[in-house]
Amino acid sequence: MRALPELMDPKRARESPESAVLSRPSAFPDEVLERILSLLDTHKDRSSASLVSKAWYHAERWSRARVFIGNCYSVSAEILVRRFPNIRSVTLKGKPRFSDFNLVPQNWGADIHSWLLVFAEHYPSLEELRLKRMTVTDQSLEFLALKFPNFKSLSLLSCDGFSTDGLSAIATHCRNLTELDIQENGIDDISGNWLNCFPDNFTSLEVLNFASLNSEVNFDSLERLVTRCNLLRILKVNKTITLDQLQRLLVRAPWLTELGTGSFIQELTPRQYADLETSFKGCRNLQTLSGLSEATALYLPALYPACANLTFLNLSYAALQSEELARLLAYCAHLRRLWVLDTVEDKGLEAVGQNCPLLEELRVFPSDPFDEEIVHGVTELGFLAVSYGCRKLRYVLYFCRQMTNAAVATIVRNCPDFTHFRLCIMNPGQPDYLTREPMDEAFGAVVKNCPKLQRLAVSGLLTDLTFEYIGTFAKNLETLSVAFAGSSDLGMQCVLEGCPKLRKLEIRDCPFGNKALLSGLEKYESMRSLWMSACKITMNGCRLLARKMPRLNVEVMKDEESNDGQSYKVYVYRSVAGPRRDAPPFVLTL
Amino acid sequence: MSAPGRAGHSPEMVEYSGAMNLDETELTLGLPGGESRGKSGTKRGFPDTIDLSIGAKRRSLTGGGEAAKDPDIAVAERREDEVSGTISSKPPATKTQVVGWPPVRSFRKNVMTKSCKFVKVAVDGAPYLRKVDLEMYSSYQQLLAALEGMFSCFTIRKYLKERKLMDPANGGEYVPTYEDKDGDWMLVGDVPWKMFVESCKRLRLMKGSEAVGLAPRASASTCTSSSS
Repeated sequence: MRALPELMDPKRARESPESAVLSRPSAFPDEVLERILSLLDTHKDRSSASLVSKAWYHAERWSRARVFIGNCYSVSAEILVRRFPNIRSVTLKGKPRFSDFNLVPQNWGADIHSWLLVFAEHYPSLEELRLKRMTVTDQSLEFLALKFPNFKSLSLLSCDGFSTDGLSAIATHCRNLTELDIQENGIDDISGNWLNCFPDNFTSLEVLNFASLNSEVNFDSLERLVTRCNLLRILKVNKTITLDQLQRLLVRAPWLTELGTGSFIQELTPRQYADLETSFKGCRNLQTLSGLSEATALYLPALYPACANLTFLNLSYAALQSEELARLLAYCAHLRRLWVLDTVEDKGLEAVGQNCPLLEELRVFPSDPFDEEIVHGVTELGFLAVSYGCRKLRYVLYFCRQMTNAAVATIVRNCPDFTHFRLCIMNPGQPDYLTREPMDEAFGAVVKNCPKLQRLAVSGLLTDLTFEYIGTFAKNLETLSVAFAGSSDLGMQCVLEGCPKLRKLEIRDCPFGNKALLSGLEKYESMRSLWMSACKITMNGCRLLARKMPRLNVEVMKDEESNDGQSYKVYVYRSVAGPRRDAPPFVLTL
Repeated sequence: MSAPGRAGHSPEMVEYSGAMNLDETELTLGLPGGESRGKSGTKRGFPDTIDLSIGAKRRSLTGGGEAAKDPDIAVAERREDEVSGTISSKPPATKTQVVGWPPVRSFRKNVMTKSCKFVKVAVDGAPYLRKVDLEMYSSYQQLLAALEGMFSCFTIRKYLKERKLMDPANGGEYVPTYEDKDGDWMLVGDVPWKMFVESCKRLRLMKGSEAVGLAPRASASTCTSSSS
């Protein structure tokens, strides 16, 4: 097979792609090329393939079935359907991440409905929709359920605007549904009746996650649903499901690979406890376990037999103490991902270090983040203990009330493979509690020792030095979150000038002003987005940025929380769709 | 292969060495670059105490300088200062409530409130508060045993009869007390267990000498139990 020169040298192809393709008979018919390219999975690979030549661009776009859009305003539905005619699966992310923490007002946008209208016309065979931080109304859910007969998979994470009535529409009309995954959304939880809406002859469900809904569901309906859907492999129920009900479900679906339990507290008779234990023993395939709300030492042992193959244990809604965690972890030697609450304290984390040598990801959430009194959580000692025992650690999210530079330096020496390092010292601007120095050296150590670092969140008392370190060493950094840090514009400048792969930068409450903002002019076009709030930006600075970079969307909101009324929230992002057409009055597009 | 943290240091040890030098462990809220604010260990004047959200209604806040007539109230007020005296003086309320900080999704805010009955436990002389879940225990015996485990320098001596905790380090006795729904400080153990769980808002292990002014059934108007 003759290799086409344009494939060997992409530059040549771009010089005269049409002439190269037209003047030479193609080595592959288009269908073959499409077939080959359809084997490409990741978005990055597909993007690269589409840049090789016109032939490849077209083959790729005809063969692409799944599309991921990290910022729903970076492209329009019309542009999307024009380029990709055969999409079956769409993943969309909407609001800036800080909207999770109430920094973005209601009715900001990211409404899915306008997309659905276009999809109904151009993607009638749409099968999958995965949304994060989008606004979704019941009307949209009903539209989705009625207009897309092949629809199979719905995942809503951190979305808002709908109620359980919308879920009823999905359950009623989506005959081929395989996945319903509802996570942590701000929704109107009216009732659990939606579960009753699955028809009696409906059997295709493989994934059901309603763990974050509060209202009670009819258990008989649930049991019948689980019984007739014999492909069910992921089941995450909510807190209203009791232990003995859980036991009955497990008996019906022992082949689950992921389980989210309901409430783990109940007065069980010895017989019921024995049954529960037996049911858990029958779950040989369990890889992920979550839920366990109100779990107590009393019934956790029933779980032990199911833990042998666990790779992901999510205890972030179970306020376990250190002893309980230690005992549980003794059965979880294969754990790769662990999420806990800081109720486990440093002692619990010591047990992590001792029992989980394969651990790659640890998230420690605060049980009392808004309590101003001093309550024991985790400290630098717990993190240290984990780093000594879990050398493969690459992802950490750690909320604590005290940290030292020395501890972080040791931690990253133990674990140089960090790709995600998110440290949140909960008191804004808090220094090293032993030396009283800024935490600059801690994050300096992180970026120096961890060449693979992709994501970093900093906290504590930080000067510009931290950002100099980041700009100098963090050459693979893609996402950076900064709060209450830095001394001057220089800090932000260092990052913008020094991090070639930076895609997302979110900053709040830092002394960075217009000079810093404008130092990243060309940079922003290679990034997905920039967020700045409660910094020293002025309207003039934003206007200047907008004027100099017409292909960026520069959106400004007045900062309601600021004392001086001069503070703004700025959201800057690249877009091929031009300025938003749906911006509410409080969003000013410059 | 692994040596946790510093060899020979348990978290409890660190906690207590911290107790010797409160300045070092003091956590303060401040703006970036700010110095640590406030002093610890000083008695607070009236204006400072009204911002505290420590307990329920503060009936004893009749004024810092006023010598309270009611010995119970005087003791309660002094006790409160001692508990809160180990915490740095807080900045005004508006500054402590920073929007969206710490960056925890609203979903996670409800984790603790939804679960059982967590109450804070303060120990005279310790700089940290702890939390226990009263629902985890079915008797005073279990609770006191758990407290002993938590503040591991104590041993329990005749806890059923005397309901006191001994601290072998300084030989002092600690009396478990609690604040009930009405804001009164009571001795632990006087009401039936379930009633105690129901009405207990926070616990405090008080130095034996301090508990002198606190009689069981401290306030007749709040006494609802008919037997102990």
